[in-house]
Amino acid sequence: MSESLLAPFLEFGFMRRALVGCLVLSVSAPPVGVFLMLRRMSLMSEAMSHAILPGVATGFIVAGLSLPAMTFGGLAAGLVVALLAAAVTRTTMVREDASLAAFYLIALAGGVLLISLRGSQLDLLHILFGNVLALDDGALVLLGGIATVTLVVMAAIFRPLVMECVDPLFLRTVSRAGGPVHFAFLGLVVMNLVGGFQALGTLLAVGLMLLPAVTARFWASDLTGLIPASILAAVVASLSGLALAYHLDLPAGPAIVLAAGGLYVLSLLIGPRGGLAHRLIRRRHLEA
Amino acid sequence: MSAALAFRHLTLGYDRHPAVHHLDGTVDRGELLAIVGPNGAGKSTLLKAIVGDVPCLEGAIGRGDGALAYLPQADEIDRTFPLSVLDLVAMGLWSRTGPWRSQGSRRAALAAAIETVGLGGFEGRLIGTLSGGQFQRALFARLIVQDAAVILLDEPFRGIDARTTDDLIRLILRWHGEGRTVLAALHDMAQVRAHFPRTLLLAREAVAWGATAAVLTPANLSRAGRLSEAWDETAAVCGRDDGHGHAHDDAQDTEAQGAEAQGAEAHRHDDRIHAGHGHHHHDHAPARKAG
Repeated sequence: MSESLLAPFLEFGFMRRALVGCLVLSVSAPPVGVFLMLRRMSLMSEAMSHAILPGVATGFIVAGLSLPAMTFGGLAAGLVVALLAAAVTRTTMVREDASLAAFYLIALAGGVLLISLRGSQLDLLHILFGNVLALDDGALVLLGGIATVTLVVMAAIFRPLVMECVDPLFLRTVSRAGGPVHFAFLGLVVMNLVGGFQALGTLLAVGLMLLPAVTARFWASDLTGLIPASILAAVVASLSGLALAYHLDLPAGPAIVLAAGGLYVLSLLIGPRGGLAHRLIRRRHLEA
Repeated sequence: MSAALAFRHLTLGYDRHPAVHHLDGTVDRGELLAIVGPNGAGKSTLLKAIVGDVPCLEGAIGRGDGALAYLPQADEIDRTFPLSVLDLVAMGLWSRTGPWRSQGSRRAALAAAIETVGLGGFEGRLIGTLSGGQFQRALFARLIVQDAAVILLDEPFRGIDARTTDDLIRLILRWHGEGRTVLAALHDMAQVRAHFPRTLLLAREAVAWGATAAVLTPANLSRAGRLSEAWDETAAVCGRDDGHGHAHDDAQDTEAQGAEAQGAEAHRHDDRIHAGHGHHHHDHAPARKAG
């Protein structure tokens, strides 16, 4: 069992690169996902991942399937759209989900249009679903950089970020950090989506961010448990997804996301916090 | 005695419809002031404006020195977030620890505050598992930890049982004894009469402001009831102007002032006079607390 799990990585360089890329992503994206989930912004991040598409497409049109160009384009487009949506929310009465939906629909339509202007069906597939087995040195360095920045920034803004989630009004009365913290967090979301795009494509980039976070909810109750649990879930999903893809000759990106999805369903069934199995076993209630 | 808060011709509102208008007065340092009035009288809006969360349409709020603590209505807080009582109370340390400094050396103060509000032993509980009364006690512990000179409470006893209310009122009286300025928006007149020396009766404007017994008269209360809840989509532009705090730069405003001959009681003016020119929004920034 452990041999068949590890063999492909021992044998092939491209599998090792894919694994390293996914593990790095597993450390940086799930903590961001935990906060997205707790702020009820899960769907928003899904929408946001579409927003990086026009940037990636512009990079693709300018420089072909070049990683730096597409990454830079994706980062720029994602940040611009996220900041615009946040600014619109903070200055108008429209709620964030509504303004985000508006911006992202425009972005997604624009992106698909741009790619179809130049580029084949295969290019579109590659951009939408990624190619984790073709990660080169540049991509790995980029993923490492994204993970480093993410963890450092998360540590720096952790306290105000929690306060902004629980009681934004309180944070506003004691500090002006709320706005900058919110924007910094959105910046982290975009960065990790662009990182995820290298491996999983724009459509599945959210997979390693959200699925482990939601999975962790069934195993831990507070942040000190949720964040490590989500990272662990992402690591297990990466490892097993890649191994499955190798042995069964499946596309790697979807296999990883499906493995994360499998962990989620498993947790939904047997997780100690709100899992279905624990609802069936009715334990006698306590005295007080 | 110096003022902790000063309102000068303060008008607050949403989308030009005033929630509070032409409020003048000062709150002295160490005062215990109840703010009463019907729903929609502008009590919450006034408190939000003091903390700087609602901009002043006209006029200004002056603040004395010292930190300010604010208890919003509890339903503005996301209680599903998995945060422990200890962490919630520790938020009150922000002005001293900021985003990075350790809270370790202040553990004793946190524990004492939690003990004071009667939540000893609940430190590790998640806020989502607390009852309404326990949660309000936790928020009061956060106020204790904030150690502010001015404390604003927005309907602190809504949906809270009698015993918890008594405990929390005792805490408010203790703050009063420590010389802190406390403003509380309240609905229970018996409570106000029993514990609050001074009262502001608000109904979109100050109906009466002073010693509680003199303010809470039947005449004042029924007048407050009539004045509130007068949101009118087609309301004419308010021409009342005390002539202070504004820079009048055109003749039309003077014309509007001239139309004010009817006096302040009838707060309506002929539409024809105001047709064709909108009122100017003088956005005097509130005097915000630094930091």
